[in-house]
Amino acid sequence: MNAVTNPPKLHDCRDAFVAMLERLGAENPRVVAVCNDSVGSSKLGGFKARWPERLVNVGIAEQNMVGVGAGLANGGLLPFVCAASCFLTGRSLEQVKADIAYSNANVKLVGISSGMAYGELGPTHHSIEDFAWTRVLPNLPVIAPCDSVETAAAVEWAAGFEGPVFLRLSRVGVPDLLPAGHKFVPGKANLLRNGDDVTLIANGTLTHRMMKAADLLAAEGIEARVLNMATVRPIDTEAIIAAVRDTGAILTAEEHSVYGGLGSAIAEVVVAEAPAPMKILGVPGIFAPTGSAEFLLDEFGMSPAAVAQAAKDLIARKPGRAPTP
Amino acid sequence: MQPNDLERIARQIRRRDLQAVFEAGAGHIGGEMSCIDILTALYFRVLRISPDAPKDPGRDRFILSKGHVALALYITLAKRGFLPEDEISTFLKPMSRLNGHPNCNKVAGVETNTGPLGHGLPVAVGMAKAARITGATYHTYVMTGDGEMQEGSNWEAISSAAQFGLNNLTLIIDHNRFQQGAALKETNDLAPFAPKLAAFGWDVTEIDGNDMPQIVPALEKRTARPHAIIAHTNKGHGISFMQDTVDWHHKVPNAEQYKIALAELSEAL
Ligand SMILES: Cc1ncc(C[n+]2csc(CCOP(=O)(O)OP(=O)(O)O)c2C)c(N)n1
Ligand SMILES: [Mg+2]
Repeated sequence: MNAVTNPPKLHDCRDAFVAMLERLGAENPRVVAVCNDSVGSSKLGGFKARWPERLVNVGIAEQNMVGVGAGLANGGLLPFVCAASCFLTGRSLEQVKADIAYSNANVKLVGISSGMAYGELGPTHHSIEDFAWTRVLPNLPVIAPCDSVETAAAVEWAAGFEGPVFLRLSRVGVPDLLPAGHKFVPGKANLLRNGDDVTLIANGTLTHRMMKAADLLAAEGIEARVLNMATVRPIDTEAIIAAVRDTGAILTAEEHSVYGGLGSAIAEVVVAEAPAPMKILGVPGIFAPTGSAEFLLDEFGMSPAAVAQAAKDLIARKPGRAPTP
Repeated sequence: MQPNDLERIARQIRRRDLQAVFEAGAGHIGGEMSCIDILTALYFRVLRISPDAPKDPGRDRFILSKGHVALALYITLAKRGFLPEDEISTFLKPMSRLNGHPNCNKVAGVETNTGPLGHGLPVAVGMAKAARITGATYHTYVMTGDGEMQEGSNWEAISSAAQFGLNNLTLIIDHNRFQQGAALKETNDLAPFAPKLAAFGWDVTEIDGNDMPQIVPALEKRTARPHAIIAHTNKGHGISFMQDTVDWHHKVPNAEQYKIALAELSEAL
């Protein structure tokens, strides 16, 4: 039995985002924030109080918001366009494609409350399609940090990067997993735990669930490798090939549809470069029933226990293993 | 049904709404209170609908485009017999069919799914246009928020409706002067709405949207062109401390505030 420990502190990563945004704003007067009547939900109140003239609130008009962001960048500013991820990507997808990615506008798109963070508000407000919609666009890095440390680091990196970026953030509380001072490297997964029986890959709010699943597996003598893969595009091909080589099976989990997201991006590499048994956990291609994000993640088989079970089933499928009865 | 009876029903809906928000710990109470009088007039007097035949092809159509006030619609529909009244207590509970935005595949009486703002009016234009093509005689109503009118899709639809000459369409703008984070005036002020809609070729009626004797004739009015009702309302109407402050867009009353609010709504009975 493990000793009783206090549960880790959970962080709303929006706090890390705005703290970094305000630091960047203080250093660089060209940093501006753009939003859609979402000062509160994007936690931009502090930014607005410090630099009211650098907060551009276009009202409830997301297509306009993304276009305005592109124009602000053209005028030499460094816009962070912040909105609920469902509206930022879904409503404005063509603006994101044409005005931002294709035009190579130096705009940072920040999708807040992604995945099923809006829980009971239902499928219109769930953003479980945004990886699929954005990762097909050329010239748009797609990044979903796993904790407050990585959120701050990714925001800092994005500000220094010349070109479009999509940061997919949540509001659901997560424990810190990465060490303080962690530096964000786009397109590179972080090895959070080593093992050689199976590799668990996730990002965003799912990474810590993977770590808990790995603990459960370890208690049964199964050593899982855990990779945090915040960057969905460009995907970390090397880490995926190494995972297959060293562990022989990959289990992914994401707060997204099982179609077109992180798991799909990894499967594209596995199929082409390193075929191996694989399983993708996520929202199973349905409009979710009513419930909170945590409730729905459990419902869709992403509780740590269910993930651990899926890992064991996957291990049984590795070549040379007797099939389970 | 006469204005007096409608006012009584609206008060009952307000009380049930307040209770449900308090019990669920969520909801959009400000925008619910502002539009409950209009919902009541629609469902208990104006709309030609029947809970026994919710899919009757000839029924009048109503779209709640400001879908975040789903709770007010659920309660109105329940009172009108479209769903069991005791089901309101499942609002937002796991696996309930009553989530935070209305779902037409789960709840009878809901015409189309809303939640993202700026969707209802284009769909309403399609419904009204369909009636023109098929010769159906139903009337289509749609209610938007005033902040919601900032979505460009609305203005595309407004232009289409005028082009198509849709005099079988009524748009109600719940003009409570506030959106989520601030007053419209401080965000992206579209007021005054009337001259803008008139310029697009609509007939416009301005009313006090919390006054039943003004609501009913405006909804029943038929015009030569598409009809817009600018309903001047109060966000949080009926609860003094909620009225006309941005705070109550989606705040939930604490126990003490709940008691005060309930007392105010009861006094009005
Ligand atoms: C496309 C879209 N953007 C943003 C939101 C988030 N949102 C929900 S309600 C709301 C404010 C709506 O204001 P208004 O239309 O005036 O409604 P009311 O005052 O009647 O509540 C916002 C911004 C949304 N639901 N859809
Ligand atoms: Mg309003």
